[in-house]
Amino acid sequence: MRGVSTENGNGAPRIDIVDAGVDFPIFDAKSRSLKKAVLGKAGGRIGTESKVPIIEALRSINVSLRKGDRVALVGHNGAGKSTLLRLMSGIYEPTRGRSFVHGKVAPVFDLAVGMDPEISGLDNILIRGLFLGMTKKQMEARIDDIAEFTELGDYLSMPLRTYSTGMRVRLALGVVTSIDPEILLLDEGIGAVDAEFLAKARDRLFELVERSGILVFASHSDEFLADLCETAIWMDHGTIREHGPLREVLHHYKGHDVLAEFESR
Amino acid sequence: MAVTVTADDERAEGARPLADDVPGPRSWQRAFGDLRQGWRQRPLWGYLGWQDIKQRYRRSVLGPLWISISMAVIATAMGILYGALFQEQIETFLPYVAVGLLIWNFISGCILEGSEVFIANEGLIRFLPAPLSLHVYRLVWRQTLFFLHNLVVWVILMIIFPHPLGWTTLVALPAFAVLVANGGWIAILTGIIATRFRDIPPIIASVTQLVFFMTPIVWSYERLVSNPAVAERARLAELNPALHFVEIMRQPMLGDPIVLRHWYVVGVITIVGWAAALVCLRNYRARVAYWV
Repeated sequence: MRGVSTENGNGAPRIDIVDAGVDFPIFDAKSRSLKKAVLGKAGGRIGTESKVPIIEALRSINVSLRKGDRVALVGHNGAGKSTLLRLMSGIYEPTRGRSFVHGKVAPVFDLAVGMDPEISGLDNILIRGLFLGMTKKQMEARIDDIAEFTELGDYLSMPLRTYSTGMRVRLALGVVTSIDPEILLLDEGIGAVDAEFLAKARDRLFELVERSGILVFASHSDEFLADLCETAIWMDHGTIREHGPLREVLHHYKGHDVLAEFESR
Repeated sequence: MAVTVTADDERAEGARPLADDVPGPRSWQRAFGDLRQGWRQRPLWGYLGWQDIKQRYRRSVLGPLWISISMAVIATAMGILYGALFQEQIETFLPYVAVGLLIWNFISGCILEGSEVFIANEGLIRFLPAPLSLHVYRLVWRQTLFFLHNLVVWVILMIIFPHPLGWTTLVALPAFAVLVANGGWIAILTGIIATRFRDIPPIIASVTQLVFFMTPIVWSYERLVSNPAVAERARLAELNPALHFVEIMRQPMLGDPIVLRHWYVVGVITIVGWAAALVCLRNYRARVAYWV
């Protein structure tokens, strides 16, 4: 993995991000129109010191996660949730500070990416597995398990373009949960599956995290988060506004005790 | 349980030594690590390279055979046309043009697709953690597969127009290895630069087009040099690096004597090119994900 030392090694998985920042240069934006530093409600801070406008997507991020952590990522659109997930996966290396990720990372970000619509579901499973560091043999041994979990059956030999969004989500989740990842990073979007499958996926994710790893889950659905996570990180304007028990963070973020409402239902 | 400190809090004790033992984004260790990890993922890019080819000919009856067929058609047409223009013997000129085109196709494929190698894989780079070199290996492998398909044309031509092939023909193997190695640095170097400066791919495309005509593929260098009227100008072609790359491969494939001069030039270019590509990889490897 290209990530920051995402070596598969011995020892428990961990993520340590120290004082990290992520700046995006925006080459095609006219710097003139961005002369005034904008600090709106959505998005990170846009700086203009250099010639190329820069979006400070993340600033002063300090996170340290250990085995067994199940973390919810909450925040407005553009608050930096996805960027933080990609920092954790090692796709982005911090422009400032350091990030250290130890363990086998399995990201589920954009479901369309890394999936070839023209080839069959089975081939896509294989490619995705290879991308995540598995061997061909290991993947072949898991195909049955994935087929059973995703309930896609004969559809697996059909080209992926014939799949619905929900079926793609099933496939992607099937792959990442079958390869025993140590660090599982889920971005919003897995909400496309039906409730029945979600319950099944939840059990599997739960089991997985119990066994071996760290889960970080970005979502706007409080119900999913309440099901899967224990703690939460509240992202705001590219910084971590709060990190603590899920209930408290969600309460502060939403302004009311969301979990209590679920319980009272 | 996770303990998180906000920016203002004191640093966790565990954090300090950590910052020192992780090599920074701009380190040789990470650059070579990228190449090594990409190499380790051979099954992946090997598979993807095949998929790329199959993808192009999906649902066509002849499939990848089209690569060889279109090559044969172009080579024959050009061989006949330019053979007539330069008044060359068709038995020697047709194979000469065909082999030159084979080699040129590999070289130009590496250059043209090389400059787009990261731009074209934007999705993968932004959504899946993988070494950058993976995309480069995949590209060079795909071009190699194209070349192998085209090799059928060479085999057929050698049967129709027998050439004095012998042991020296085997020199084509190391020559191809050198071409592959050069494809690697070209893709890394131009790929990274072109990802940052998007004007580069069109520039490279037009320069490559120009180089094609400056390289003795559809014309013979020997013939022009032996003509006193244009000999002086023809010698300028030696300044074109592509000439040397084509020659090291074409000479053994046609059973011509090997000229060491071309090997020296290619050797120097290979070393200088890789040095430049490695420096570029070291300094900007971590930036590519931000630039795509």
